Amino acid sequence: MPDETKSPSSTPSEGESKPTADKPAVEGGVKAAASGSVQSDTKLPAETPSASSPGPPKPAAGAPATPANKPVAAAKPPAPTPVPWDSPMVAKLKSSYGSGIESLSYVGQNYMVVDRSLIPEILQVLRNEEQFDYCVDITAVHYPQREKQFDLVWVLYSFARNERIRVKTQILDGDSVPSSVSIWTGANWLEREVYDMFGIKFDGHPDMKRILLPDGWKGHPLRKDYGILQQDNEWVQINLGIESGQ
Amino acid sequence: MTDPNTTLSHLDLETPEKPFLDANELVINMGPQHPATHGVLRVILRLDGEKVLGLECVIGYLHRGVEKIGEHRTYTMFNPYVDRMDYVAAVSNGLGYCETVEKLLNVEAPPRAQHVRVILTELNRIASHQLWLGTHALDIGAITPLFYTFRDREEILKIYEKYCGARLTTHAFRIGGLQYETYNGFEKEVKNFLDFFRPKIDEYEELLTTNRIWVERTKNVGVISGKDCIALGVTGPVLRASGVKWDLRKAQPYTNYKNFDFEIPTGQNGDTYDRYLVRMAEMRQSVRIIEQAVGALPEGPIMAKVPKVMKPPVGEVYHSIEAPKGELGYFIVSDGSTQPYRMRVRPPSFVNLQALDVMCRGQLVADVIAVIGTLDIVLGEVDR
Repeated sequence: MPDETKSPSSTPSEGESKPTADKPAVEGGVKAAASGSVQSDTKLPAETPSASSPGPPKPAAGAPATPANKPVAAAKPPAPTPVPWDSPMVAKLKSSYGSGIESLSYVGQNYMVVDRSLIPEILQVLRNEEQFDYCVDITAVHYPQREKQFDLVWVLYSFARNERIRVKTQILDGDSVPSSVSIWTGANWLEREVYDMFGIKFDGHPDMKRILLPDGWKGHPLRKDYGILQQDNEWVQINLGIESGQ
Repeated sequence: MTDPNTTLSHLDLETPEKPFLDANELVINMGPQHPATHGVLRVILRLDGEKVLGLECVIGYLHRGVEKIGEHRTYTMFNPYVDRMDYVAAVSNGLGYCETVEKLLNVEAPPRAQHVRVILTELNRIASHQLWLGTHALDIGAITPLFYTFRDREEILKIYEKYCGARLTTHAFRIGGLQYETYNGFEKEVKNFLDFFRPKIDEYEELLTTNRIWVERTKNVGVISGKDCIALGVTGPVLRASGVKWDLRKAQPYTNYKNFDFEIPTGQNGDTYDRYLVRMAEMRQSVRIIEQAVGALPEGPIMAKVPKVMKPPVGEVYHSIEAPKGELGYFIVSDGSTQPYRMRVRPPSFVNLQALDVMCRGQLVADVIAVIGTLDIVLGEVDR
């Protein structure tokens, strides 16, 4: 968790260049991350004027205060930051699992960042003891700059408590995670989709194969280093003998 | 009609070396080009005679990579794409998306915009249920309801067309509110529609509710318990028909649904007939909501202050709404740039379709058609 590089913003140029290209623009922008979570309050200096300075924003482009600039400056309240989240449930989990859990809340939404080693156990406990009986969604986020490249996210809901939380963990590329199909039957397709799109395998899944893409598909499209034109060009090169389909 | 516990009686012809009817299962393929799969859904059925032993869904024929597209478009540019997921309920998709980005941006749509959003979304729920009813009944063999529902759905589409120019992929909402003020006579037309539509629901019910063929084809078909629904993550009318009184509009109110008075219809048996009744009751409740909303439409601005170039602060948000099919969620990760870093859609149809296997086991082949219809899936949303 300490390795905390801000993920790069993908370039506006329609995906032809890989999003990793603008890495240097970002690295300087990372300040010390206070919370250790992904959602630190550090800002990209090139884009955001510091919220505290009342003076006019950077005079670089369009120096006179044009009306177009105004709303941008006006709609910049201090950015919300994740705040610690405490509840009896969290206290209980922390007391039994110790430092592997970090609980935060962002714009009123609670989530836990959990160490990878605790993952099957925590989910089991949430399901069986804390009544999170509905697994809303399982998904992942790819941060190619980080050592632990993937955030794996479970969105859980409890009918009894009418409460929604997210459980997040960070895993290495190529690492697998125990499947939660035995905890929530509905996790089946959701995990298959994560595998299909990110290549993250779930151990003990009854049917770990692609779901949306054809079986012979190469690569996992929602990884950041997957160029959107790559597959298309390859296909037209082989089948039509032309360089590019675009 | 069918009891899952009954076993087929095999003919005993006393020829042990070559049985006339053996217990070998038959695997047959249904779809993807099948009129009753509502799009391109392929189902591989394992059958014993006409009894379904199990099935597997093959999906992805309509996969367009919506989530990947989302990462390569700005927040505003991605907005029309969501209309193309559940294309019979485009407005609901737009509502979920706009509200999620608004959460990220920390803005709120003005009261008038929220009222109009509720009106249009509930009209959309009616339109979606009408389309479901027409096609579902058609699958089972009742042709007439299709004509009735499409005739009446037309009136809703007219309102949409007048409001935003589109009938199907109605790009009605913008991040921060609405782009268009309502047209002259909007309120009157919506009210006229409600007056027109109320007796129509009775008409539909007259055609089906006590129709013997309909009842025989739907009662005790595709039964799923509330417990199974929750384990599978099934939401929407399917969950409610199994007796779980849960609707996001009540459980975690969004937009301004908490201002409106309505009920959550539920069923008890969790069969196809109950799901039909629940959706019929939902249409009536939608009429109730629209009636309240249109009667108290506040004056005021329709757009909140949002920056021209949207750069939500770094963070991630999950927000979900009660779409006509169930819980429609968006999980957006912002890295502070103009484009979402991750755009995840949690589609109700995709998750609900998982229940098809459970619901069809022990039923007859013909019931598979009924169950696909009753799940109310839209393949554009399943595959995205």
